[in-house]
Amino acid sequence: MRDFDTMVKQAKASWDSLLTQKKPVIYAGAASCGRAAGVLPVIEKLKELSKKIPLDIIEVGCIGPCYLEPIIGIQKKDAPIILYSNVQPIQIEEIVENYILKGDPQPEKAIGTLGNGTIEGIPSFWDHPMIKDQVRVVLKNCGIINPSNIDHYLAMDGYQGLKKALSMKPEGVIDEILQSGLRGRGGAGFPTGLKWKFTRAEKEPEKYIICNADEGDPGAFMNRSLIEGDPHAVLEGMIIGAYAIGAKLGYVYCRAEYPLAIKRFEKAISEMRERGILGKDILGSKFSFDIEIKKGAGAFVCGEETALIASVMGDRGMPRQKPPFPSQQGVWDKPTAINNVETLGTVPIIMRNGKDWYSQYGTKQSKGTKTFSLVGKVKRTGLIEVPLGTSLRKVIFDIGGGIAEDKVFKAIQVGGPSGGTIPSAFIDEPLDYEELTKLGAIMGSGGIVVIDEDTCVVDLAKYFLKFIEAESCGKCVPCRIGNKQLLDLLEKIASGRGTIDDFELLEELAHTISEGSLCGLGKTAPNPVITTLTYFRDEYRAHVLEKICPAKVCKDLFYYQVDPETCIGCQICKRRCPVNAITGEKNEPHIINHEICIKCDVCSMNCPAKAIRKIDKVKVIELSN
Amino acid sequence: MTVNDTKVNSIEFKLSSTALKTIEQILEKSNRDSRNLIQILQDLQEEFHYLPEKVISHISHELQISEHHVYGVATFYSQFKFIEPGENIVRVCMGTACHVLGSQSLLDKLARELKIESGETTKDGLFSLESVYCLGCCALAPVMVINDEVFGNMTAAKVNKILRRYRRSNKKNANNMEREK
Repeated sequence: MRDFDTMVKQAKASWDSLLTQKKPVIYAGAASCGRAAGVLPVIEKLKELSKKIPLDIIEVGCIGPCYLEPIIGIQKKDAPIILYSNVQPIQIEEIVENYILKGDPQPEKAIGTLGNGTIEGIPSFWDHPMIKDQVRVVLKNCGIINPSNIDHYLAMDGYQGLKKALSMKPEGVIDEILQSGLRGRGGAGFPTGLKWKFTRAEKEPEKYIICNADEGDPGAFMNRSLIEGDPHAVLEGMIIGAYAIGAKLGYVYCRAEYPLAIKRFEKAISEMRERGILGKDILGSKFSFDIEIKKGAGAFVCGEETALIASVMGDRGMPRQKPPFPSQQGVWDKPTAINNVETLGTVPIIMRNGKDWYSQYGTKQSKGTKTFSLVGKVKRTGLIEVPLGTSLRKVIFDIGGGIAEDKVFKAIQVGGPSGGTIPSAFIDEPLDYEELTKLGAIMGSGGIVVIDEDTCVVDLAKYFLKFIEAESCGKCVPCRIGNKQLLDLLEKIASGRGTIDDFELLEELAHTISEGSLCGLGKTAPNPVITTLTYFRDEYRAHVLEKICPAKVCKDLFYYQVDPETCIGCQICKRRCPVNAITGEKNEPHIINHEICIKCDVCSMNCPAKAIRKIDKVKVIELSN
Repeated sequence: MTVNDTKVNSIEFKLSSTALKTIEQILEKSNRDSRNLIQILQDLQEEFHYLPEKVISHISHELQISEHHVYGVATFYSQFKFIEPGENIVRVCMGTACHVLGSQSLLDKLARELKIESGETTKDGLFSLESVYCLGCCALAPVMVINDEVFGNMTAAKVNKILRRYRRSNKKNANNMEREK
């Protein structure tokens, strides 16, 4: 272990020298979200600029508030890092020059400071309204360290948890995790320690551990962010798990839609091998373990344990009957522990700080913190981490800043296609496994999509069913055909052809699908329909009885109309309409021909006078009669 | 995607000696082990941009597994393509966040502009249009990706300008190639 201690010492020294060096350092948030916001051209500009002004440029992961991206941090000697938000390529030169050459920190462009010291006019980043109510445990290093530099992770006490685990008996490690109360972060919330205990207890000596990085829920990106920002934490957790259960080989199963995450894993694994943290006799112990990466090929069902195992073995990713559970018979028919990315990312911290430290957070049955992706119609979108049991109100209004454009909060959709829609009435309920299940949703992996008055719940349920219909593997008839029927029924309702009897049919069918399907995908597939039908029956009734879509989303139930009072006759809509459905002379109110209109919304988007309205079809028909 | 779709381009694809060499390298990398079939198919697609019929038939022979089995696995996963895609692949994210923020109208707009449906390729072979479920950039919804370039906070109004840029850069490349000849 002396080698390891020297390695850590050197890593800490190099981290300290980075923070205190004379040459300015630029930290660019370059996770997938930062890239989508356009950070790469900014980095290009910075590289050009570094020929003129000496600069070190470091790509870091996502620090959380994605809506402020691209986020660029600038560190000058003897001053904290200043984070600038929404930085565009044309601004970056000016920002850097103003601060580094002229000494102007430009508080109006900054969102906060990181590190020791203060700068007048700029608050600490940790006091930012989106950040101050969060507890960052798993996300501690994300956006702070360079994910492609193992020394940065070591400087943040990385691999200390592993060192401690290797000094304990495997049973002791399992006990520590079990008593910390850590539950699977992938959805079902099964106690992690128990899973490991079962896998270890199997007599077969050849065992495996799999990291499930097949984050398939649309609207969720917590795992992607964690891998892209701090891959070593996940891999450290995996080695600890392998040691606990007695595995010699582990697989990381990562979805192909996350190319950057795969790249980060690959780099981290090669660094670990170089340093003796992976491979033979890890950190000088007698424990040997290696990791292989398996890329998913685009199948949502592969998030399910048994389907994932089939896919790892190069086959079609179809689930099978349980038992035998993967802990008994998993990959290559050997005992296998499958853990989610976030679960594994939490393990090292528990080992390092102890079970009691970890279980101080959370509720009685749901211990610790949980990451959520907060997206949809909320002001501050991004990645957050809060103790389990935090109320929805805190998450949406304090952290998320409330509903975008100050519209009316309608509901949240949590847990992806397996989850449910929880209406605004339950805003003071705590976010934990039990409570969400009671409300008909599930924690899932932690994707929260906020919806407002402009979202139609029938359309939302239809959307999820479409997803499920495409992703059902086809093995179980109720899932394969039943979900198609559910979708047809919803399409019938959305198009105004539904009847009141359809509700009963929906419920009956949902029940059959749930009862008659083998895996989690089928069992939970009707959840979005059941929850919306329970909590928003009035909205369904409006579609069926009045033929009205209150949110004006279902295209068969409304027309676009020009308000003649507001129309200024500018002819922009007439020119932009892709199907020439609009007529009208200059300076005269225009008219939209309903027969031709395809409801593409182009006229409404381009109207400078906001004169285009959506009018219920039934009202238009009534008036014309 | 059905197996029949492979017929479309099979005539054009020739199993040249360079192609055979590349396939050989890919098989070697995976130890000629059919348990690594998905990885082999991924590497092949990376190389040829799709899975030509002749390539599948060749590797099934080499790996000593039936073509049925290879197709069985390949058609299960949405990643694998059996017809040659366009030069630029336009993907629209249909994740939940993108959906509630209007990705459908974005997809509709692209379909109108390119005059193709999702899953098709333009006649000039310049663009393929695809919809995907969640690219994990939900905070910047709606999201569109062309090849590797990601566009966040997209609107239908921004589409034309972006497509024009790709058309132009393609023309430039073509001109350069002419000159080199």
